[in-house]
Amino acid sequence: MENRIAVRLLQEQGVPGRRATTFPECDVPGPELDALIGRQHLATAPCDLPELAEGDIIRHFVSLSQRNMSVDTHFYPLGSCTMKYNPKRHERWAGLSGLIDVHPYAEDSRIQGLLGMLYEMQEMLGEIAGLPAVSLHPAAGAHGEFAALLTAQAYFASRGEHRTKVIFPASAHGTNPASASMAGFECVQLKPSANGFVNLEDLKQQLGPDVAVFMVTNPNTLGLFEGDIQEISRLLHEVGGLVYIDGANMNAILGKTRPGDFGGDMMHYNVHKTFTGPHGAGGPGAGPIAVRDFLADFLPGPVIERRLNGQGEPEYRLKTPARSVGRLRSFLGNIGILLRGYFYIRTLGARGLREASEHAVLNANYLLARLSDVLSVPHGQRCMHEFVASATSLKSRGLSAMDIAKRLLDYGFHAPTVYFPLVVPEAIMIEPTETESKATLDSFIETIRTIIAEDADFLHRAPYTTPVCRPDEVKAAREPILIYCPCAAPETEESPLGEVPAHASV
Amino acid sequence: MDLSSLRYTSTHEWVHWDGAVATVGITDFAVSQLTDLVYVELPKVGAALQAGAPCGEVESVKAVGELNSPLSGQVTEVNDDLEEHLERLSESPFGEGWLFRMTPTNPADLDALLDRPAYESVCESESH
Amino acid sequence: MAYLFATEDEQRQMLDAIGVDSIEDLFDMIPESIRRQTELELPPALTELELDQRLRTALTSAQASTGVCFMGGGAYDHFIPATVDEICSRGEFYTAYTPYQAEASQGTLQAFFEFQSLIAELTGLDVANASLYEGASALAEAILMAMRCTRREKRVVVAGTLHPEYRQTVQTYLKYLQCELVETETVDGVADWQRATSLINNETAAVVVQHPNFFGCLEDVAEVVAQAHRAGALAIQVFDPSSLGILKRPADYGVDIAVAEGQSLGIPLQYGGPYLGLMACREEFVRRMPGRLIGQTTDNQGRRAFVLNLQTREQHIRRDKATSNICTNQGLMALRAAVYLAQLGPHGFRELGELCCRKANYAAEQLTAAGVGSLAFPRSFFKEFVLNCHRPVAELVERAARAGFQVGPRLSQFPSLHNSLDNCLLIAVTEKRTREEIDLLVAALAG
Repeated sequence: MENRIAVRLLQEQGVPGRRATTFPECDVPGPELDALIGRQHLATAPCDLPELAEGDIIRHFVSLSQRNMSVDTHFYPLGSCTMKYNPKRHERWAGLSGLIDVHPYAEDSRIQGLLGMLYEMQEMLGEIAGLPAVSLHPAAGAHGEFAALLTAQAYFASRGEHRTKVIFPASAHGTNPASASMAGFECVQLKPSANGFVNLEDLKQQLGPDVAVFMVTNPNTLGLFEGDIQEISRLLHEVGGLVYIDGANMNAILGKTRPGDFGGDMMHYNVHKTFTGPHGAGGPGAGPIAVRDFLADFLPGPVIERRLNGQGEPEYRLKTPARSVGRLRSFLGNIGILLRGYFYIRTLGARGLREASEHAVLNANYLLARLSDVLSVPHGQRCMHEFVASATSLKSRGLSAMDIAKRLLDYGFHAPTVYFPLVVPEAIMIEPTETESKATLDSFIETIRTIIAEDADFLHRAPYTTPVCRPDEVKAAREPILIYCPCAAPETEESPLGEVPAHASV
Repeated sequence: MDLSSLRYTSTHEWVHWDGAVATVGITDFAVSQLTDLVYVELPKVGAALQAGAPCGEVESVKAVGELNSPLSGQVTEVNDDLEEHLERLSESPFGEGWLFRMTPTNPADLDALLDRPAYESVCESESH
Repeated sequence: MAYLFATEDEQRQMLDAIGVDSIEDLFDMIPESIRRQTELELPPALTELELDQRLRTALTSAQASTGVCFMGGGAYDHFIPATVDEICSRGEFYTAYTPYQAEASQGTLQAFFEFQSLIAELTGLDVANASLYEGASALAEAILMAMRCTRREKRVVVAGTLHPEYRQTVQTYLKYLQCELVETETVDGVADWQRATSLINNETAAVVVQHPNFFGCLEDVAEVVAQAHRAGALAIQVFDPSSLGILKRPADYGVDIAVAEGQSLGIPLQYGGPYLGLMACREEFVRRMPGRLIGQTTDNQGRRAFVLNLQTREQHIRRDKATSNICTNQGLMALRAAVYLAQLGPHGFRELGELCCRKANYAAEQLTAAGVGSLAFPRSFFKEFVLNCHRPVAELVERAARAGFQVGPRLSQFPSLHNSLDNCLLIAVTEKRTREEIDLLVAALAG
């Protein structure tokens, strides 16, 4: 990272009298504010926002940006997050007039171009999933899970069935149980299995007429494809339950197989992962869901409908599905992110998507093959788009997954995901994505080897070249400081760089 | 504190019964599993608790443990010192780190709780 | 063209290292019976140049130009300073992810900490989180949070003047949770809090008011807070951040949780999202709060550092007992809001509120004086108002469009509103609208 010098908080930089944006004089006649709004409603003092010049603001935020790692600047093999390249063309197109400046209540007839693209997006997502009915409504992947589970609730209610349980494997994302619980279901977690796949025996034990949904990520969070998925789906369908596919790992199977082909009834996409809506330092995402025909009427909405007018031309309009479970947010959806996904699919086409998955799987397997002699990989010789290594073999030397992760930062690599999934001790979850070169992967491999050979005590104190090192999380949680407080400013400013051992920089 | 004089739950609470008042805490095993403690939420004085039902939380950096009441009854006192001195819970879970005191509705319920050897075998099975 | 690197030669080397013959062999974990042999049926791939041309054509020939925006109802055409776009288009921000590795993410973490501080300052409340999806779901989350704080799960009372889509969202969130959602009566464009007393009982978790409300009118928030607290419920206010340069802050009324749509703070309209859910609350409730929280601490050398804090509330640790299933924030949108508020500062922020309010009042006066319609609720409002039209509302919307203006939404599109409002329009006026534009709109509608 370019910038290791501490940056004062915005709130500490204000100087009374400085200004950036000013507005024109009020150009309409009429009474002053206190004649328009009753005294009981008016603020008695101005908001205490920092007073800054525009130059302060630009330098401040640019300096902050230089204290980040990102896909544009670093290899970012954060497992489960699909940190692939974000095409710049998407940013330009998303900013076009007619997309960026459209009010959410614009009349349908005035925005046929935009609605046409969104309709096409619904169709394409349905095709990629093998599940024809799509709602673009949910704001993020977890919101999509919640939306689909509510859709299931509405579907079962329409059939007069009272089903209370949602089942998921031990390796599930934490969002699965959290979403199920929000949707009013009882959560049942299966016992882990020795081979990393869904524990079929335990699943069979749990199945019954009270089971509503089985949620599974496929490929799963260990980067393995659940080969029994058809059998699992058959078992669920036999008891009248539904199969939910968590689409977090779709980047492994685009055009190779489809959730609808292997028995899934519902799924969500993470557009910011699979289809390169940028991750935005934590969001925004978009979490459209795709479901089977018989669930279409229950989808949250609105959705976009196409019909032909008198002249046989297509017309698009917003429509709430007949027995919709309802609305989960205001307006239609996270259009800006969905459009970036649309641009991605339109520029790649079927072959491009398939090749993206093929190269994602190739890159992951290459890393796995070349790292498995120094890091143990408990579940398998091969993987899909990611794999989970374990640092347990280094424990005898006193090394942890966290030590490797922290030291990688010094070498200019973002750390993989560590300590997830919970079923692997000392987990190091690596997802290279398709948009990295062999040269980058080779360099990453060499670096891991170098790190493992380094002195344990030295690694415990890594990283050395980042703006800060191993922040005290216990202190943060015991006495939370969640907003700026002048009393909590740092005591010393004299050594913003801290100690840097001469041999630590690389 | 003589640990063999206490009664335990399988969710790692202990109870000390002096014939009138039951003092409740969490065991050293629970504290070591949670690691660095950051926050504890205790029931309010006067609250009516149900045996086995959640009545508070013990939070560490990495996990949250639910605090379950070992007995049914009414809370008579809570250890307010922990708010300022959470380290007492980590350092002395059976002593200064006690959590709350209660009057049990039915003191005979104590007999249903685990004795020390039974609790030790619970811990043993969980540490594998 | 999938942004790939590996040449055929490199692919061969990689396959050799793995020990397989072909890429297809890597997929043998997928049973043959479900592995596709044909391509997906998608439209043909387009090059950058081709899609660029198609988009520009589709958005100019197949679509009317956007027009000057007088639209409201929860999303507004406010001015966005250039610095907001400049900062947020930096790849170091928008191609980073959730700051799991604090050392590699101090830029993001500090910016979000500053954002939290700015939102806490705007609302006057103790704590703000690092943002939620958008306004309506933020309200639903606030209600779930109030249920956790009060340990009451049976009843929630909302003002009848709440945005209809917010009410629908809350209804969906509560649908399978055995919680009754009760709505107050509306009288003259504001909730009737006198008659609401009987609705708020000792099983009520939260009382919700939107101020300024969906119709633009100002509510008696102090009364809401008093009634909620009397019953042991929490008071939740849905606020409009752009009003807080001139209107009292939620904390001034004693509100417990404040939520808002933050789109006004430098986020483009983009047909409804991504936007920004704001949430702030009193300190005692922070451990029940959903969403990411950034905290300040020190590193192992005593330097100030920022981290994801209180993560044990979250889904990846607490799973089904988490405060919410939310696992990210609206990072880039929160960053936009932080840059925006820094740009405006206290003076710009006050000017913003004053301009919106005075211009909206001028527009209302001109529209009514010209006989276009009357105010459905003749009382004070902030930046939008309901016009009860003297002609069919569809005709006015069409006239406005022909003259290059957009007005609305029409209230008839919200089925939950009383049908006496069917010929009414919402009209919003931001600081961007000039006197000339307002006069031209009036002329177009009055002619």
